[in-house]
Amino acid sequence: MGLISFSINGTAVSGAEGETVLTVARRAGIHIPTLCHHEAVEPSGACRLCMVEITHKDWKGWKGLVTACLYPIEHGLEVSTDNEAVRECRRNVLDLLLARCPNAPAIRDLAAEYGLKQTTLTVDEDPTNCILCGLCTRVCAEMGHHAISTVGRGVSKKIGLPLDEPAESCVGCAVCARICPTDAITFREDGKTRRIWGQNFELLRCSECGASHITRAQAEFICEREGMTIEDFEKCDACRSRETALAFSRMVQW
Amino acid sequence: MMRFASPSALKAQRTKLETRAAKVKREILICAGTGCLAGGSADVAEVFRTELKAAGMKIGVRMVIKETGCHGFCEQGPLVILMPEKIFYQKVKPSHVKKIVESTLKNGEVIERLLYKNPDTGERVETYDRIDFYAKQHRLVLRNIGRIDPQSIDDYIAAGGYAALPRALKMKPEKVIDEVAKSGLRGRGGGGFPTGRKWATCRKVEVHPRYVICNADEGDPGAFMDRSICEGDPHAVLEGMIICAHAVGSPKGYIYVREEYPLARQRLGIAIEQARTAGLLGENILGSGFDFDIEINRGGGAFVCGESSALMKSVAGEVGEPRAKYIHSVVKGLYDKPTVLNNVETFACVPYILDRGAKVFAAVGTKKSTGTKAFSLVGKVKNTGLVEVPMGISLREIIFGVGGGIIGDRPFKAVQTGGPSGGCLPESALDLPVDFDTLTDAGSMMGSGGMIVMDDRTCMVDVARYFVNFLVEESCGKCTPCREGLKQLLFILERICGGTGEPGDIERIDRLSSVLTDGSLCALGSSAANPVISTLKYFRDEYEAHIADRRCPGGVCKALITYSINDKCTGCTACVKVCAFDAISGKKKSRHKIHADKCTRCGACIYVCPDEAIEVH
Repeated sequence: MGLISFSINGTAVSGAEGETVLTVARRAGIHIPTLCHHEAVEPSGACRLCMVEITHKDWKGWKGLVTACLYPIEHGLEVSTDNEAVRECRRNVLDLLLARCPNAPAIRDLAAEYGLKQTTLTVDEDPTNCILCGLCTRVCAEMGHHAISTVGRGVSKKIGLPLDEPAESCVGCAVCARICPTDAITFREDGKTRRIWGQNFELLRCSECGASHITRAQAEFICEREGMTIEDFEKCDACRSRETALAFSRMVQW
Repeated sequence: MMRFASPSALKAQRTKLETRAAKVKREILICAGTGCLAGGSADVAEVFRTELKAAGMKIGVRMVIKETGCHGFCEQGPLVILMPEKIFYQKVKPSHVKKIVESTLKNGEVIERLLYKNPDTGERVETYDRIDFYAKQHRLVLRNIGRIDPQSIDDYIAAGGYAALPRALKMKPEKVIDEVAKSGLRGRGGGGFPTGRKWATCRKVEVHPRYVICNADEGDPGAFMDRSICEGDPHAVLEGMIICAHAVGSPKGYIYVREEYPLARQRLGIAIEQARTAGLLGENILGSGFDFDIEINRGGGAFVCGESSALMKSVAGEVGEPRAKYIHSVVKGLYDKPTVLNNVETFACVPYILDRGAKVFAAVGTKKSTGTKAFSLVGKVKNTGLVEVPMGISLREIIFGVGGGIIGDRPFKAVQTGGPSGGCLPESALDLPVDFDTLTDAGSMMGSGGMIVMDDRTCMVDVARYFVNFLVEESCGKCTPCREGLKQLLFILERICGGTGEPGDIERIDRLSSVLTDGSLCALGSSAANPVISTLKYFRDEYEAHIADRRCPGGVCKALITYSINDKCTGCTACVKVCAFDAISGKKKSRHKIHADKCTRCGACIYVCPDEAIEVH
């Protein structure tokens, strides 16, 4: 399998055809900040934080900024992840995000790393914590639900439900809330019910440890898709794993 | 309407049509473009038909699209051209028709008052080829518009249409691509990418099916080149697409027409039906064994869907958001298949190239920018309209030669080209040649052909604000720099125009321009700062006047100007009557006075004043 050799910050690295600069950098332990990237979904290139500068000896001195999460590696590519041009671009992106989300800790921390304690621009009158990275909508689609999506265009873009009404396809899994880098999606739960995206969902409790581990709606969705039964969800992941491990260890002992 | 089973059948029909056309002694060409239709040209045509029937004259009255498109000269529309004399009548009303039939058609006398008047000499000009506006153009891609009925495939064939297609079908696809490459044709949508190279790259990708898409989204404000081509010569677009499909090996094409162009969509639809019936689209085209069909796809009112990757998402029924194009659409485009996307004007050039040869096309224009370019010349220029000129012509020749100079002969200030992706160039740039590369070096770009001429009564900061405001609404919102950056840029520009600009604003503008240019996901964002960057480069003093002196040199920004009445006032009370805010007082025959506290600077008084007595400070 032909390996593609290139360099990041002067260090020789290599990867397979089709891999991105970000994948190879992470494997080599080279840090590139990201916000809208997650292994669970396809990269989107929306946040523009993972900008790196690329050039090549055959490019007659041309260099440019690209997003590492999407740029496909090629032979002889020279990548800089932390030079002045890159830092300037990231700082400006964070300046813009700070104006939009002044109260989001993740943004404030990142901005501080680039020397910004507060934005130099006009703060939104009614700030949100949502940076419109789209991770929530992408993972919801990946899970098979398609319950939320981006709504509207440009400055009025937001994450929302179809026609702003609770979606039939939402199963209350809350993966959207968990994947959100700025905790912009909230939900409430007591032991019995989880309320998210305008709907109440019954939680199933583990027969072993009593933890509320999944909503009935999500369990039923998985049953339908995978041909399982609801009894398969009597125990939570941890207890089921322990049960399997114990059974296995008994087999081995024997 | 007949079906052509072979190239020889098509050729025979052409000969027949040409023979028939040669027998027609006289043609009456009535403009039926959107502008003239609005001016009543359909009624004019109707009266012509009635009158000629009553007079017992056997003359074919044909409705065709006028060469100028729909502005300027079509502000002087409805336009009627009488062939073979080329007599050019303007502002024709139904009530004029009887006289035209009597005097000109029967007795050969020209009606002076319906002729165009040369503004420099005051003379009436009889024929259109002696009007500077037409005489200085080189109409190649627009050659049929104004001469043929766009709803008649016979007209297109008789004018030489579908002669390139059989020739191309006989050639190997690679040879067709070679010919297009040799012509030097570059994308007319604004990108200027070599068309031959695009087609060649697509053909090399061993993935099927391959697609051909025509971008008829034409979103730049003020641009109407593509609309006029679609309305006036739709078969030229189809022929170009069919030739492309043969060259790259594609069975399916789409024309993405913006929602706001219903007439263009209708004319293209009719043309497609006619082409299908004639055996020029569909299965076994002209008996060659090649299959290709075209479908029209409607836009939904989004400028961003003119961006190729967003357009393809839209065609596929998804939300029109661009993607990073590190992998080009010719490799992975519509439905992740290899796709050639070209602009309307680009496709319309292709039949000409295959018919007359690459050398003929390349003989016009410059070495790196061959051929011609259509421009929509609008703004403060006398002869606004659709013009086509050879590449390499100077801005001065277009604006003052073809365009006739500035309205009212006011001083020229700037010309804006390239729409929201382009920039403004000042007087010092007037002698620059118009081509793909020179204007870009100067800080603007030729773009898709929009050319807005500005006089001294224009505020360049307001111009920048206008384009940023447009883009704020049209940004798809996916990436941070464009969505947030344009919003912040608009805040600052509105502050400056509103008289509350702050020190540090220009530095903020520079930073925002930088992140927009370097950080955006697509070309909408990465070119969004160009109007701001170019106006700051050439008109920085205007920005500084707004910020430091609270002054608008162009006299436009309402918060920074006041109106007053000078001693040219004759006391006619026209302004007093028209003012909706009761801001003007004055008795008859005495000089009126504007009260600044009530005046909103709406401009109605300036519009009605017969004595030019209202001044802007």
